[in-house]
Amino acid sequence: MYPAAFDYRAPTTLEEALALLAQHGESAKVMAGGQSLIPLLKLRFSRPELVVDIGRIAGLDSIKRDDGHVVIGALARHADIERSKELAASAPLLPEAAHWIADPLVRNRGTLVGSVCHADPAGDWGSVVLAMKADVVARSGSGQRVIHAADFLKGPFETALKPDEVVTEVRIPVGKGRGGGAYLKLERKVGDFATAAVAVHLHLQGDRIEIAGIGLTAVGPKNIQAVEAERFLHGKQATDEVFAEAGRLAAAAAEPNDDIRGSAAYKKDVVRVFVQRGLKTAVQRAKEAGA
Amino acid sequence: MKVTMKVNGTERGGDVEPRVLLVDFLRSNLRLTGTHIGCDTSSCGACTVLIDGEPVKSCTQLAVQADGRSLTTVEGLATAAGLSPVQTGFHQEHGLQCGFCTPGMMLVGTALLEHNLDPSDEEIRWAISGNICRCTGYMNIVKAIKHAATLREQSEVVQREKAGAASGGE
Repeated sequence: MYPAAFDYRAPTTLEEALALLAQHGESAKVMAGGQSLIPLLKLRFSRPELVVDIGRIAGLDSIKRDDGHVVIGALARHADIERSKELAASAPLLPEAAHWIADPLVRNRGTLVGSVCHADPAGDWGSVVLAMKADVVARSGSGQRVIHAADFLKGPFETALKPDEVVTEVRIPVGKGRGGGAYLKLERKVGDFATAAVAVHLHLQGDRIEIAGIGLTAVGPKNIQAVEAERFLHGKQATDEVFAEAGRLAAAAAEPNDDIRGSAAYKKDVVRVFVQRGLKTAVQRAKEAGA
Repeated sequence: MKVTMKVNGTERGGDVEPRVLLVDFLRSNLRLTGTHIGCDTSSCGACTVLIDGEPVKSCTQLAVQADGRSLTTVEGLATAAGLSPVQTGFHQEHGLQCGFCTPGMMLVGTALLEHNLDPSDEEIRWAISGNICRCTGYMNIVKAIKHAATLREQSEVVQREKAGAASGGE
């Protein structure tokens, strides 16, 4: 399969990339690792006049700590996240989720930021950034915007990003002390999209849940934040009954379709069970982190 | 667009449209047909090449993205001295049946052994999880890569002994 013809530029500075986007607007498409965009080009679902490859811009590939956050640069690949010692210590949910994405070869090229910008409702990172209440940082020629992940992900393959903007990084608050998370994914085989998947992240205050985040993968028109379940968990004791009720509330928030991977009812039940299990694991990990 | 890249140690170049996929550039322009096109949808791994030592699916890379990089294809595994340890492993442990997935399997095996001298079965399975063998000969593929690790270790011991003997003799 061949993509339709396009012009290609590979700027070496962010300023150059932003100038190209300011000039070409909607007719240009930004590419990082290309693991989502190239398949779209080959299927001709996407036919940009210009591809702006940001892969040669220095300094965008970092993973670092900054003021209570971990900051994932636009060119940090899934494989970098999977292997990061920094993240294994400060935000282990990220390497755990990275391990579930596509396969090792795709993870050598694809990026977290590219995946979030692609906004595939079956994308794994969308749920993780929702559960961890991350911020997306977008730059354009006229300045910088910080957008909450929940506001950034708008619909299937649709984000709040403007045509002249590039996402330079995602900022994920890690807080202090007793935090924990889990990513649970059901897939038919390595590399397939999820039948359903769940990201949970929480902080404990004593034996009570202080903040909880729950993101759902592949069970709706976008990654879904299970808001009702999150509210219910706030201030609750971490008990099996509480986890079970949160699972029921999260399943109610899911809007899956019947397809070759399973019926809607089945996927909702996977969400219920995974949220329940994920919360139990996350609490256990939070206690270990604080010990 | 003009592109140049080091392929199996040799500087190679070409003039390509931006939309040309890396796998097509290797096969059609450079006539390196050991890199196979299987699914053409980034699922099967038959098109695996190493870019700067890392396995990548060349059906989901543009040739222009590889400009200035260093590539290894299956044609680059053997040396004048003979087959590489991974190739020997596939030969001795019957790691192939129809052979279609073999270039990709050998390249992911080669990349794994660069970082991990003594991989467990689990680690080998992880490394080949993005590559599909339609003959389902996975057991022997895992054995072949495991055997290659042993061969590599042995050849390094031999080299160390030779180096030791040489320096001891001076």
